[in-house]
Amino acid sequence: MEVEKPRFDLFLEEMDQAEGKEIEELIARSQHPLPDQVEWLEPGPRPNLLVTTIDKVFNWGRHYSTWPFGSGLACCAMEMVPTAASRFDQARFGMEIFRASPRQADLLIVAGTLTWKMARALKLLYDQMAEPKWVVAMGACAISGGTFAHSYSVVPGVNRVIPVDVYVPGCPPRPEALLYGFMQLHQKIERRSVRDEFILADLRKIVPGRSKRN
Amino acid sequence: MTKALVGQSIAEQIAKHIPQAVVEANDAWVVIKPDLLLQVVQFLKATPGFDFNYLNCVTGVDYLDYLEVVYHLTSLERNHSLVLKVRCSREKPEVPSVVSVWCGADLQEREIFDLLGITFVGHPNLKRIFMWEGFKGYPLRRDYL
Repeated sequence: MEVEKPRFDLFLEEMDQAEGKEIEELIARSQHPLPDQVEWLEPGPRPNLLVTTIDKVFNWGRHYSTWPFGSGLACCAMEMVPTAASRFDQARFGMEIFRASPRQADLLIVAGTLTWKMARALKLLYDQMAEPKWVVAMGACAISGGTFAHSYSVVPGVNRVIPVDVYVPGCPPRPEALLYGFMQLHQKIERRSVRDEFILADLRKIVPGRSKRN
Repeated sequence: MTKALVGQSIAEQIAKHIPQAVVEANDAWVVIKPDLLLQVVQFLKATPGFDFNYLNCVTGVDYLDYLEVVYHLTSLERNHSLVLKVRCSREKPEVPSVVSVWCGADLQEREIFDLLGITFVGHPNLKRIFMWEGFKGYPLRRDYL
């Protein structure tokens, strides 16, 4: 997968110009939301015993070790932090600690308002995460832009930029709601099949850009 | 508590030193001519009776007929405050920069430049701060959209 690389060979004004140009391009190609990852809702024909056994092992591992990468963009982060603290304790689900690096994380929690200027950085971080990866859009702003949907600088929903697996509504959602979102995500992970991964991986080779992830 | 100075009395004292600088004054604020702003501000900062050594904030306002920049000044030594205003036309929005007097105005003037389109003459690094390069229009103006 191609990852957008930051350029370090430019200086100040050139850098600003390049940044502005990239943001304009990002806006131009994000006019429509990316399709939701809903293939798990309609499972195909039941695979054979070997595949389901391998699936079980894989999914068990992924289910209990989804390490989150928190991008606390706005006030939703204030609810995301207690979710990780002792009272709500997301470590119960094997989501031990928030990683500071996208390379070590499986789950991107977009908590808060995403602006177009930040969208570039978020997309870069998402692209840097290793497969398999999931995204939770937390709060009204991340889902649809919320109050700022028609604003001049806010992305109307993070699904314009990155594909989202689970939407957690609220303004901001309580930690319980976020935990429920995690449980929904776990259900989604349980439905995954290695077979689908291979088929979708082949599809991606045939139709590049159709789906950035499996 | 900080004492808010009465605009008219300050305006009289400004007018003694810098005639024609004051456009309008009431008990809450003083409106200054843009081209004499820097002189007035230096006078208010340097004069021992005033000692306005702290700039609380710089704000830009769009009143449709004209644009306005509001300066909230405070003297930490004398514990009093004053509100200065400067008006400029929408066609040629230019106001002298006060960064040479108070460094804290730097980023706030850049913000006003970015969102309201007022040019601060004499600012050392007047460029966009919130919006990206190539963004069209001034989002905080009333006629935006």
